[in-house]
Amino acid sequence: MAHAQAPTTPPEVGGMGHAMKRKEDPRFIRGKGEYIDDVVLPGMLWLDIVRSPYAHAKILSIDTSEALKVPGVVAVITGKDLEAAGLHWMPTIAGDTQMVLPTERVMYQAQEVAAVIAESRYAAADGVDAVRVEYEPLPVVVDPFKALEPGAPILRPDKGKDTNHIWHWESGDRAGTEAAMAAADVVIEQDIYLPRIHVASIETCGCVADWDPIREKLTVHMTTQAPHAIRTVFSLVSKIPEHKIRIKTHDIGGGFGGKVPVYPGYVLAVVASLTTGRPVKWIEDRSENLQADSFARDYHIRAKLGLTKDGKITALQVKTVADHGYADAAADPSKFPAGLFNVITGSYDIAKAFVEVDGVYTNKPPGGVAYRCSFRVTEAVHAIERMADIAAHQLGIDPAEFRFRNFIQPDQFPYRSATGWEYDSGNYPAALRKAMEIIGYEELRREQAERRARGELMGIGISSFTEIVGAGPSHTFDILGIKMFDSCEIRVHPTGSAIARIGVQTQGQGHETTFAQIIAEELGIPAKDITIEYGDTDTAPYGLGTYASRSTPVAGAATAVAARKIREKARKIAAHLLEANEEDLEWSNGRFSVKGSPDRFKTIQEIAFAAYTNHPPGLEAGLEAVDYYDPPNLTFPFGSYICVVDIDRGTGEVKIRRFVAVDDCGNIINPMIVDGQIHGGLTMGLAPALYEAITYDENGNNQAGTFLDYLVPTAMEVPMWETAKTVTPSPHHPLGAKGVGESATVGAPPAIANAVVDALWHLGVRHIDIPITPPKVYAILREKGVATA
Amino acid sequence: MIPPRFDYVRPSSLPDVLRILREREGEAKLLAGGYSLIPVLKLRLASPGLLVDLRDVAGLDAIVETDDNIRIGARATHRQIVENALLADRYPIFAEAGATIGDPQVRNWGTIGGSCAHADPAATWPAVLIATRSALVARSEAGERTIPAREFFLDTFTTALTSTEVLTEVRVPRPGRRSGGAYAAIERKAGDFPTAGAAVQLRLGDDGRIAEVGIGLTAVAEAPFAATEAEALLVGATPDEATFREAGRAAAAQSRPTSDSHGPADYKRAMAAEMTVRALRRAVARARGEA
Amino acid sequence: MTTQHVRLTVNGQPMEADVEPRMLLVHLIRDVFRLTGTHIGCDTSHCGACTVLVNGESAKSCTMLAVSADGAEITTIEGLAQGPNLHPLQQAFWDQHGLQCGFCTPGMIMEAAWLLARNPDPTEQEIREGISGNLCRCTGYVNIIKAIQQAAAELRAAAEAPAGTAGAAAS
Repeated sequence: MAHAQAPTTPPEVGGMGHAMKRKEDPRFIRGKGEYIDDVVLPGMLWLDIVRSPYAHAKILSIDTSEALKVPGVVAVITGKDLEAAGLHWMPTIAGDTQMVLPTERVMYQAQEVAAVIAESRYAAADGVDAVRVEYEPLPVVVDPFKALEPGAPILRPDKGKDTNHIWHWESGDRAGTEAAMAAADVVIEQDIYLPRIHVASIETCGCVADWDPIREKLTVHMTTQAPHAIRTVFSLVSKIPEHKIRIKTHDIGGGFGGKVPVYPGYVLAVVASLTTGRPVKWIEDRSENLQADSFARDYHIRAKLGLTKDGKITALQVKTVADHGYADAAADPSKFPAGLFNVITGSYDIAKAFVEVDGVYTNKPPGGVAYRCSFRVTEAVHAIERMADIAAHQLGIDPAEFRFRNFIQPDQFPYRSATGWEYDSGNYPAALRKAMEIIGYEELRREQAERRARGELMGIGISSFTEIVGAGPSHTFDILGIKMFDSCEIRVHPTGSAIARIGVQTQGQGHETTFAQIIAEELGIPAKDITIEYGDTDTAPYGLGTYASRSTPVAGAATAVAARKIREKARKIAAHLLEANEEDLEWSNGRFSVKGSPDRFKTIQEIAFAAYTNHPPGLEAGLEAVDYYDPPNLTFPFGSYICVVDIDRGTGEVKIRRFVAVDDCGNIINPMIVDGQIHGGLTMGLAPALYEAITYDENGNNQAGTFLDYLVPTAMEVPMWETAKTVTPSPHHPLGAKGVGESATVGAPPAIANAVVDALWHLGVRHIDIPITPPKVYAILREKGVATA
Repeated sequence: MIPPRFDYVRPSSLPDVLRILREREGEAKLLAGGYSLIPVLKLRLASPGLLVDLRDVAGLDAIVETDDNIRIGARATHRQIVENALLADRYPIFAEAGATIGDPQVRNWGTIGGSCAHADPAATWPAVLIATRSALVARSEAGERTIPAREFFLDTFTTALTSTEVLTEVRVPRPGRRSGGAYAAIERKAGDFPTAGAAVQLRLGDDGRIAEVGIGLTAVAEAPFAATEAEALLVGATPDEATFREAGRAAAAQSRPTSDSHGPADYKRAMAAEMTVRALRRAVARARGEA
Repeated sequence: MTTQHVRLTVNGQPMEADVEPRMLLVHLIRDVFRLTGTHIGCDTSHCGACTVLVNGESAKSCTMLAVSADGAEITTIEGLAQGPNLHPLQQAFWDQHGLQCGFCTPGMIMEAAWLLARNPDPTEQEIREGISGNLCRCTGYVNIIKAIQQAAAELRAAAEAPAGTAGAAAS
């Protein structure tokens, strides 16, 4: 059930708050979307990649002779070929470097070793099969703690350091926090591990690189969430001038952060196209995607909470070891190697906090913020919400009551957290109360007591999360030096319809609809009359792309501001047409009218026409504007989720009986689309909570490298999500809106984990790391003597 | 993702198939529904020289009842078996088990013969055929032979079939009075191979005790097998919860699972017991006409 | 390289091609026949993005050889609409926001079409089982289920209101 602020425009205009059907759907429902593998160019070649079976090995030799004999194979590229052009290593978004192709050693299983280019998809695969690589296996490091021990193999000798330690980052007041912790009545300590997971959007990554030797222009059709940033990076690395590079996205089948990094496959396709002068297509298989592409999580967290005996939190101390694989390729803003992890004080008023994170190299693929995680906010929220529940249970306080006692109160906003964030707005008690009311919390607690008396294991878990999205203000945020503004350029046509181009990049979020709705709200032009374009760096204004739920907070703001600039020019034109003073005009519902004489008005359509046929003297013709929006702050969506589980004592299976999600993302553009984001996010929260994990054995072999073992939920695993809203607008956002795309992925896992532990607490269970699989639960039931088998 | 090269023929008669299997012995592989073979080829885990597609060979998918048994054609799809009215009446275990195999698309095309010949150690039909004491019929140019299910599944992906034989049908004995069967399995998610599966088919005597019982376990050994020790202790026993638990323990003790991504070996062993208990409960309830 | 000639009927139209025996049906549909609505999302036959109808039965076209489909009738997403009119499933997915990135959508709709053809009044659980071989990462399945329910109701209503006199004669 959706809820939003009441719309102020009529449905035929479709401004904010309308559950407008999506404008992009007609092509998708007919199978007429255009995704990267649908792109076919004349003379196109295919590229496929030879990958290492070893997690750490010296390359003794690469024999391409048989591969070159395979009919249809045109060329094979190895690291030596790239080295000659200085392209065998490339920069990562995090300021590290990673290999495009190795010349000496491979560093993770499935690492790219050579690229085969052929006339057909099938010939390229045959070519890959025929490349003979000789390896000498080396000792493997997959445990970041072992990687930090003296004597561990040094994985990055190129760094000139004698350690696998990458960086140390800290935030907050160490001394003050230690003092507060020492003075606390109660200290709760817990180790929490969030394993690697993989975003696995249904479309894998790919590109068609197309070098035109006559125009000397490189066009890369690409699955990327950040086309402009990619163009700039490609230019810097390849030395091709930026105006001679065009990144063009098509329809993207899901991104969730997995289509932000630059993968070697893209670079190889570009090199192959430059070398052959023909377009080159690279589309990865699912197993390549799961085994080599950017991961998320892999955070070893040690958290400490200090409290009064009445359950008031006084201090939070967190130390985390971050396993980054063999290169730090996390797509974080440059000053934040651990992302926004220090939002870990969460929804609670905590006076003292200190957070430190250490990044470590291991023999695994590089990454990792690619799973709808909002720059490590999933990790932070999981930790604080688990700690809150452990504290509540240990102190014998109902977990909802515990949260009410510790919430930042509505009158404390804007709230400055102990780690330096200024939360813009929030009403945490209202969201939790609403969730409790919808799910019938008191009745559930009564039921739980009855069932427990009968030996049944029922659990109720709460997660009251605060998210932090909309990176971000230029004083703090940049990616590789590029500030994280975003942009919108709007042009209104003479006959009153409009086109807008934005700097962000949808991968299913519905921007063709929602951004049109923003403009409809501000200008009164019906959303159906507004075309939204994006993703072509030749035409779209520079933006930093879509990830970390930043589109509405940043580009949405730019769109509103650009539209308001147009409205201000429209006022001048209206004044000219109505022969009135600008100050005597008022705007409402797509028209300027003279105050006190509502029958004297001009519609936006009439004004647009006049902009081209009768513009005021001294003013330029036309009706357009561009805005590059530098947000003054991030936005802080929040919510309270409550989950009810029943545990099967015979098998350890956890069944979710009900899940209620109350979200607050401020003013809502399209409530139907917001609910869709929540449903999808909840499902991508359920997945790591109960099903998904990428694990490695001690030889670095990936144990979940195909969908056989990487367990993406089907419709059978997903409960009927129940959603509701509160609306607490952002005071600084032009529309009062906040981002929402990742809230549910952030909030859901701890709600589920808390429910399971709540079901078992009375048996002496305190914490279970996700994924909470049946074998894990069953072992606990066995140990506690309550398994029925 | 891309299979290696192979030759392909689509004979229209069984004699032609058998002849080709003999002529290209060792390099020919039979193709039925394809949902076991084609994934293997796409991962390049096998490279047969010749695929022999059974699509046009008629008459291998019928499900009929004779005086002695019920015959299920080897090319009957999982869906055909699940929806077959005759089997639903005589042996509800087939519909119950078949509905757990793969997903709807897999069930539209995968066949019982293909699944048995492929012999994945976690496959479902083998457990059912073992529990029902069924037999599989194999034809070659030399003739026909009938192989009891309990002698058919030898090892991981290994059966008693020779490389020149084709499975033509499964023969299930006519059920007796007061029969009941059930299949219980635990999987990590829908469509997954089971972590442990138990098929039980039994008959109650007039005294209410268990007169005959067959238990087939899958996913908990190198191949699906008969839980003979559990069977032995159940014959003549009163079907109550304590008996079921004892049988479950015996089934678990006879299992030899390996730890893998489905879970540790001791979890699988515990699930072998639990699934045996659940299947026994349901089978008995059905035999009593309660379910 | 030996090839075989295959002839199929695709969305009512005869189509043919020379293919290697190893060519997957999905590649025939996408790369040779250029019907790119059917998508590839995995390599282990799990995701169902490649689902089409083969002789009326839903099939994962990545797990079938083109040569095996010789002589078959194939229906892809492009063949579902009747001229300019959307199929009730297509309309329902649009109405109920049953898609976001759209990549799983063609396979999901084709599977739903097969489901409703044989079970016109499915329960929610039957719908979930019916699409259990089709993965979606974006929607969480909630609106997909609602879309299929809407389409089922509409198809039932259309079936129960026959044009002509049969209904009147019965009453």
